[in-house]
Amino acid sequence: MSEAIGIRLSPAEVLDLLPQQEPFRFVDEILSVDEDSISARYTFRPEADFYRGHFPGNPVTPGVILLESIAQVGVVALGIYLLALEGGRAEVARRVALFADAEVEFSGVVRPGTEVIISAQKVFYRRGKLRSEAEMRLADGSIVCAATISGMGVEL
Amino acid sequence: MTREEILAKVVEIVRPFAKNKDALETAGPETNILEDLKVNSARLVDVILEFEDEFDIEVEDEDADSVNTIGDAVDLIEAKIG
Repeated sequence: MSEAIGIRLSPAEVLDLLPQQEPFRFVDEILSVDEDSISARYTFRPEADFYRGHFPGNPVTPGVILLESIAQVGVVALGIYLLALEGGRAEVARRVALFADAEVEFSGVVRPGTEVIISAQKVFYRRGKLRSEAEMRLADGSIVCAATISGMGVEL
Repeated sequence: MTREEILAKVVEIVRPFAKNKDALETAGPETNILEDLKVNSARLVDVILEFEDEFDIEVEDEDADSVNTIGDAVDLIEAKIG
């Protein structure tokens, strides 16, 4: 059964399989990915609707959106890579990655138009659950968000 | 290590993940980890990994599948540590 053969996806192929789409995709490019780590970049869109309310006249990217971006990279994208390694695209297609738990710390402000680099290291991948230690940095290297995040690949 | 000692450690490992803290106080071998203690099923992986660290054992996925109650966990750990 050819579907059961694991494949090594390229960064572009992983991004292509990421289910989150506009206006809820917070990954522009996956820079590198292997079985232990991933890195990606994203530029926060100044026109994003949430800036109108967070906060009027003083737009700041909500922490939950920073966390979402980290999760899309460190759990969903890395999870897609790991699933494909196990069972190819068929395995990826069968599952949706859902957020399971997170421990997070914010240490900076991200304004509209800012480019960030997200990098994540796998802590474990067991029984369909992936946990990563991840961080988001600005161009100057300063960390704005660090998180330990987990997700489960489930069949919905 | 006695069964009672293993059971006490298992309860402590499960404690941070249990939403029903009252059930934890009376937990025994028959206590179901997901249903009685209200542990999120996604946390079972965390619990199993803690077992591995605490008792210095390796738990295969098939073995982990057999763990429903505190008693199941104690049986599994007892068998592994010999």
